[in-house]
Amino acid sequence: MVIKGLKKISVVDIFIAIIMCIVIVITVYPFLQVIAISFNDATDTVRGGIHIWPRVFTLNNYKEIFTSNDNIARGFVNSVLRTVIGTVLGILCSAMLAYTLSRKDYMFRKPISVLFVLTMYVSGGLIPEYMVVRNLGLINKFMVYILPGLLSAYNIIILRSFMDNLPYELQESAKIDGANDFTIFWKIIFPLCMPVIATVALFIAVGQWNAWFDTYLYAKKDHLTTLQYELMKVIDNAAAGVKAADINSQGLKRVTSNPESIKMAITVITTIPIVCVYPFLQRYFVSGMTIGAVKS
Amino acid sequence: MEGVREILVKTNKQVKVQTKMGLSKKLYDQRFLIAMSVPFVIWVIIFKYIPLAGWLMAFQDYKPKLGILGSQWVGLKHFKVLFQEEQFYQALQNTLGMSILAITFGTIFSVGFALLLNELRSLRLKRVVQTISYLPHFVSWVVVANIVGQILSTTGVLNEILMALHIIDSPVNFMSQPNLFWGIVTGSDLWKETGWNAIIYLAAITGIDVQLYEAAKVDGANRWQQIKSITLPCIRGTIIILLIMSIGNLINIGFEKQYLLGNNTVASKSLVLDKYALDYGIGMVRYSYGTAIGMFKSVVGIVLIYIANTLAKKSGEGQLI
Repeated sequence: MVIKGLKKISVVDIFIAIIMCIVIVITVYPFLQVIAISFNDATDTVRGGIHIWPRVFTLNNYKEIFTSNDNIARGFVNSVLRTVIGTVLGILCSAMLAYTLSRKDYMFRKPISVLFVLTMYVSGGLIPEYMVVRNLGLINKFMVYILPGLLSAYNIIILRSFMDNLPYELQESAKIDGANDFTIFWKIIFPLCMPVIATVALFIAVGQWNAWFDTYLYAKKDHLTTLQYELMKVIDNAAAGVKAADINSQGLKRVTSNPESIKMAITVITTIPIVCVYPFLQRYFVSGMTIGAVKS
Repeated sequence: MEGVREILVKTNKQVKVQTKMGLSKKLYDQRFLIAMSVPFVIWVIIFKYIPLAGWLMAFQDYKPKLGILGSQWVGLKHFKVLFQEEQFYQALQNTLGMSILAITFGTIFSVGFALLLNELRSLRLKRVVQTISYLPHFVSWVVVANIVGQILSTTGVLNEILMALHIIDSPVNFMSQPNLFWGIVTGSDLWKETGWNAIIYLAAITGIDVQLYEAAKVDGANRWQQIKSITLPCIRGTIIILLIMSIGNLINIGFEKQYLLGNNTVASKSLVLDKYALDYGIGMVRYSYGTAIGMFKSVVGIVLIYIANTLAKKSGEGQLI
């Protein structure tokens, strides 16, 4: 069966398009359901059957998570702080180091490169790393979110391979003008690297925003909590919480929300910043991924 | 122009002269580069190499009060205990099992998805599908675990569908079935990463010379034949390299997914090496034992990377390291 048109569209084409639409549904549906439940009345949600649209619309779940305790608001602030500070510091440090390693005349280029590349293949493991962080006195300090993960060999390789492809003449003429190496990096190389910096910054930012394990391991104090960790705690407690609610169901009449709705509302808050940002950086990270794959 | 060239020649001469001069002069000339990199050398030593030296703890009965120098040396005691522990073999089995599932199905799905995307006629639909398919990659495992729990719950959508199709009579609690756990982890992984991992394959496919396809069309090859005899052979190299790289990481799957998706009822199938090290090392404050587990993992990892690298050389696709 061939439909005549500008281009011939065959049965196979329609079949592929249908498969792709199914892929879209499978990917998007869970997110829509989460949003729908988060806006649905908590007692109504228990009846089940909420799909992509709330049945009894309410904002109570959101009110609940921001008023019942301070941890969500605090976690939000900490997540934003660690993402912003971690990304800015991480990208500056990675780019600076990558620049020195892209300089073929730099005397320590080889040994430093080897030192970093090796970290991709061997790691001390969980316990020794924990001991180092503990001995540095970083437990329950904000810096524990920034320092241990400041650099990654993978990001440095992506940045360096981009810098390797920049014409060397640019640096040479600046040198003749008497610019020092830091000025060359900051005034010439860094601005030229924006596409790859956008990619690496996105990787670092997403990693920071999504991290929960460092909070779990190093910073369990409330004032350092993060959104992901709060969500993780709700998930962990959900099973236990449901049982407790069953027992006390008589006394819980005035509660406006249930763990399920709370979970979904936190999930939405946790996911929205990412959904808003990543489509705009798409063309950068696609090329960044490809560079990284070719080089490593 | 002439002047610039002269200066360039001069600086070139200067560079040559400088290399003949002493080390101290070179150090001075590169002081900015040194200042820009040495702090990070200190960082890498503290956060990456001192933990490696921490492996010594595996051969001690490490006590934080006594430190590495003061703790008692016990030789291979912890390794002997480790290799007799039944739980260790369970964790090893789970780690390798889920890892192999992830690599096998991950590759098949990503390559398949890239091929389908490439065959898609409508460019607009292609862009939409791509953008949407990246979304789950950027979402944390905490969120994914939450979503998966929702879909698979007794009131979830999967149960609804299966009931509507009369495949099951009453809702199944998928999350509490130990035998389904590996499958759930693999499925969640596919949902999260297929679109993202397809980027590389899609880039490889776009890099194929269009003339090959035109020649094939002239010879009357249909689409399936084109995929089979042009596209797949052309991206074979990429597939092999990525497969080999994942062999190197076979044992390093972490424990994030297993921790977040697992619960007590499926513990026998969700325990992985990192979780085991965490439970014993930090949970039970048996630092030396935990370190021994981590060290075993790292050593196996290095052996695997070595094997993978040898394979890469033999396959003629170039070596990795």
